[in-house]
Amino acid sequence: MADITLIEGLRQAMDEELERDERVFIVGEDVGARGGVFRATMGLFEKYGAERVIDSPLAELSIVGVGIGAALYGMHPICEVQFADFIYPAFNQIVSEAAKMCYRSAGEWTVPLVIRAPYGGGIGGGLYHSQSVEAFFAHVPGLKVVIPSTPYDAKGLLKSAVRDPNPVIFLEPKKGYRLIRGEIPEGEELLVPLGSARISREGRDLSLFAYGMMHHYALQAAEQVAQEGIQVEVIDLRTLLPVDEQAVLASVRKTGKALIVHEDTLTGGYGAEIAAILAEHAFTDLDGPVMRLAGPDVPAVPYSHPLQDWFMPDAERIAQAMRKLAAF
Amino acid sequence: MTIEVIMPQLGESVVEGTVTKWLKQVDEPVREFEPLVEINTDKVDTEIPSPADGTFLARFVDEGQTVRAGTVLALIGEPGEPLPQREGGGAHSAAAGRVSQKPAAQASQGSAARVVAEPVADRSPAALPAAPPARKREDLGFISPVVAKMAAEHGLDLSQVPGTGQAGRITKRDVLAFLESRPSAAPPAPWEEPGLGELFRPSEELAGGAAKPAAAPGTILPLDVVRRSIAEHMVRSKHTSAHVTTVMEADLSRVIAHRQAHREIFQRDGVNLTFTAYFAAAAVTALKQVPLANASWSDQGIVLHRQVNVGVAVSLGDKGLIVPVIRDADQLSLLALARSINDLAERARSRKLRPEEVQGGTFTITNHGTSGSLLATPIINQPQSAILGVGVLQKRVVVVEGKGSAGEAVDSIAIRPMIYLTLTLDHRILDGAIGDQFLGLVVQRLQQWS
Repeated sequence: MADITLIEGLRQAMDEELERDERVFIVGEDVGARGGVFRATMGLFEKYGAERVIDSPLAELSIVGVGIGAALYGMHPICEVQFADFIYPAFNQIVSEAAKMCYRSAGEWTVPLVIRAPYGGGIGGGLYHSQSVEAFFAHVPGLKVVIPSTPYDAKGLLKSAVRDPNPVIFLEPKKGYRLIRGEIPEGEELLVPLGSARISREGRDLSLFAYGMMHHYALQAAEQVAQEGIQVEVIDLRTLLPVDEQAVLASVRKTGKALIVHEDTLTGGYGAEIAAILAEHAFTDLDGPVMRLAGPDVPAVPYSHPLQDWFMPDAERIAQAMRKLAAF
Repeated sequence: MTIEVIMPQLGESVVEGTVTKWLKQVDEPVREFEPLVEINTDKVDTEIPSPADGTFLARFVDEGQTVRAGTVLALIGEPGEPLPQREGGGAHSAAAGRVSQKPAAQASQGSAARVVAEPVADRSPAALPAAPPARKREDLGFISPVVAKMAAEHGLDLSQVPGTGQAGRITKRDVLAFLESRPSAAPPAPWEEPGLGELFRPSEELAGGAAKPAAAPGTILPLDVVRRSIAEHMVRSKHTSAHVTTVMEADLSRVIAHRQAHREIFQRDGVNLTFTAYFAAAAVTALKQVPLANASWSDQGIVLHRQVNVGVAVSLGDKGLIVPVIRDADQLSLLALARSINDLAERARSRKLRPEEVQGGTFTITNHGTSGSLLATPIINQPQSAILGVGVLQKRVVVVEGKGSAGEAVDSIAIRPMIYLTLTLDHRILDGAIGDQFLGLVVQRLQQWS
């Protein structure tokens, strides 16, 4: 076992996939000579050359557009969008082209494309470097949406995403890039299947669903309230689309209560989907209201530090919500 | 105005169901969507919710009775409301729809007719003796869906359960704690127990002379829906298909090694990696290559199914067996197969399967080895073309062919984990050689697992 950071897991995944399959290549801003603004592609340019680790112009529309075109010609591109905040120029390409291609060609054409994008706040990034974009894409059939929260999953899920025949939006909790460490096995292939959630802590009193950075805060909060006798079951969703409905339902059938946490804003956020699944399929198993804890409905994560703290859910706030729901 | 509670059709092929338990008594107020009655069919158990707010006016079907879909089970309306007159002198469509006539049915038919003419209050057909006055519902505070369900399942009087939730609400934990602490039936008082010693024995026994009664005629186990359905299906299958069984054996060394290596990883995902998942995966591989094994007979011709829906037989002990179906099994990874099998088996045992989850199978696997069987010739699950039987895993001595130091062929004896696999096929659709090809592919997939 090796102890690595989340970003090192991503780097290893890309290194191994470039090595394994020559159809795999990387394209994005500063991914080449500079090794990526977050150093996710460090050393890959030197190892695989400028034809397989391509520095693009500052134009997300064309990064993704080039990726789709190459994918249609049989390549397996990994497109890096430097910050998820900048993905919108490529929205049309992703939603209208990549997501629909397989469907409109009746399966004849597929787009085996991965779009990596760091997302989320809490890093003093302000309005344009802190956004959470998962809900937009989790609404689009034809895409897969994946968010890892540990180095193990970052590596295993990214490798699976590269091998998946569908376009995968791979969102990375950037605050956790170096903050989150964890063990991965050495000397063996690490693949984590898309579409499966993971129970990261078992409990009987309530189920907590989270992903990305919030999953870590949820584990911290669960530890806190465990001292008070509240046993929280924490589920890392890992793949938002397609969601692991069976895992979600199985946990709530056990605990009877559900709390969903994300830092993206509340209204129309991803938590609403989990809440709807529970309302529809687990109604007679519920012992309390399905609760959501999310970022407040304001247009962006503020730049001011006190206001950023006001925006971001944290372990303390999650613990409060756990106590409230447990007491119901 | 009264509203009828109708027996629903719980699935395309389910035409009847048995009332297992009434959850409400006549004259009790009911709310819309509140569980009213439990129904059992050959495929699933379910609750029927009340279609409206109101009072439970009358019920027409007793517990244990089997009726057709569409039958009127009960009426909901305003308290004291007169029941509507029905044509045929009150011969309810409920009665017309009855399929199993029991003495009770007779009685309730008669009384159903009587009720129409008389006030409801105390003469409803199945009115139970009034329950002792309990705490009123509103005194209990908010009753959550799961608490209501558990109370109904265990026949709990919620007014006896102490609540520890918000504002004294009864929580799921409170119900669980109550169920655990509930004393099991009180031990009988000493004077209720038969005494010991000579003094207490019946005089006939002491005298020893009394003639023994003739041998008892035996006990009759009533046929429930599941038993009837299995019996009908098995006999029909034997009459329909030309059953032929072929047998092969497989060395599971590689499957066992793979399972050892991946169990823990799967466990991280909350999945119990069973051997059945491997058999399902191997069958899927073979089904993709031998479409005739994924087919069924029709008068127009042999239907090759596009979908691969694999049924897995799950034993319910003395309650029979049920075959939940893994849909589109060819599109599932080993992890997803294992997860699906875990989930279906668990819900089959707790009778929580949805009707569509036991329909639409295109092939079936029965793991009879779990009860120790070495090899068996299972009956085809109609209208499928074949069924795979998996025997018990045994270490056996086998002859292994290898090469000597000079490259010459050398036989040696080895101990290997072996199973017998049987394929029972419908000879109308498949011939022996194709069946053998299919079974060979299953063996090959299992033996070369990587």
